[in-house]
Amino acid sequence: MSEPNEHAHHIVGPGVYVAILFALLIGTALTVWASFIDLGFWNPIIALAIATSKATLVVLFFMGVKYSSKLTKLTVFAGIFTFLILISMTLSDYISRAWGSW
Amino acid sequence: MPDNSVTSKGALGATKKADSADNADILHAEHPPYLRHHFNSAEQQADAASFAMWLFLLTEVMFFGGLFTAYLIYRNWYYPAFVAGSHQLNVVWGTTNTFVLILSSFTMAMGVWCAETRRRKGLVLCLMLTFILGLCFLGIKTIEYREKIEMHHVPGFHYSLQSFLDPASNPEVYKEYHDKPLALDMARHTEIYFSLYFLMTGMHAVHMIIGIGILAFMIFRARAGAYTSGHVTFVENFGLYWHFVDIVWIYLFALLYLISRH
Repeated sequence: MSEPNEHAHHIVGPGVYVAILFALLIGTALTVWASFIDLGFWNPIIALAIATSKATLVVLFFMGVKYSSKLTKLTVFAGIFTFLILISMTLSDYISRAWGSW
Repeated sequence: MPDNSVTSKGALGATKKADSADNADILHAEHPPYLRHHFNSAEQQADAASFAMWLFLLTEVMFFGGLFTAYLIYRNWYYPAFVAGSHQLNVVWGTTNTFVLILSSFTMAMGVWCAETRRRKGLVLCLMLTFILGLCFLGIKTIEYREKIEMHHVPGFHYSLQSFLDPASNPEVYKEYHDKPLALDMARHTEIYFSLYFLMTGMHAVHMIIGIGILAFMIFRARAGAYTSGHVTFVENFGLYWHFVDIVWIYLFALLYLISRH
């Protein structure tokens, strides 16, 4: 009854968790530091890029998606993809409207 | 497919009611007591539970996603109001809370590891640390909310525009950011910023409170050894929930506190 996507349960050890913890703490310090420097247009992009890297580390390692089944990986990807549709289509609609001329 | 459920059905069907209880005991000895009969194996059961948990988290992604989308649209419309509103938040408390929550995610991850490697004392300790850090987060959030109440920055009848019409009236914030006074119509839109601030951090806090409640239940059960005998699904799935709440905060911190800071 071994399906192709069945697998031995992978246990992630404390070493990995400690490394990720430090990466997340450094990321937080970095994003606070960067937010006080005036980079104009780039400020929100850097803040969101660091937040996304931190979130990716949490998803891959703390939530163990890196070691999980293909079904879980597909589910997570589907979630992120649907969320991006929500954001990008809504914003592209609002940004491209001819405000005030209808 | 010679698995437990098929044999048990046949055996139970052939047995008289009187000794079926004895028989069930023997049949249950063939598989872990936590394995439900409609699953082929413990692995399949764990996979199904984990998949279901991820589906639940997807609904949560879309729920918070709607709030984030609303925030982005209003921020584009009323940019000066959102910058001025953001300057009223205390970045020191926000940063502290981010550290607290990341630490709690780490202790939770270690808790899952303890459960998987059957360390009962380690699991109880990790769950208790996660519980305490969760309470710390809510405590700091309470301090921040109280500041907002005192400043009349809670949307509603008592909302005050003073910090935005006359920024110099609030010297602590003014000396750092030197905000220019906003026009009345733009100043009124700061109320939208604070509505979203309370809605988003409030919904996040509700998730934290639910999580802390479940943690208390888990500490109680973990002390009795419930999660250290091989059946770790509950701890693992709660871990997924807790990390998800952490991720929501990572984005809330960046969007509400940081991007208008400089």
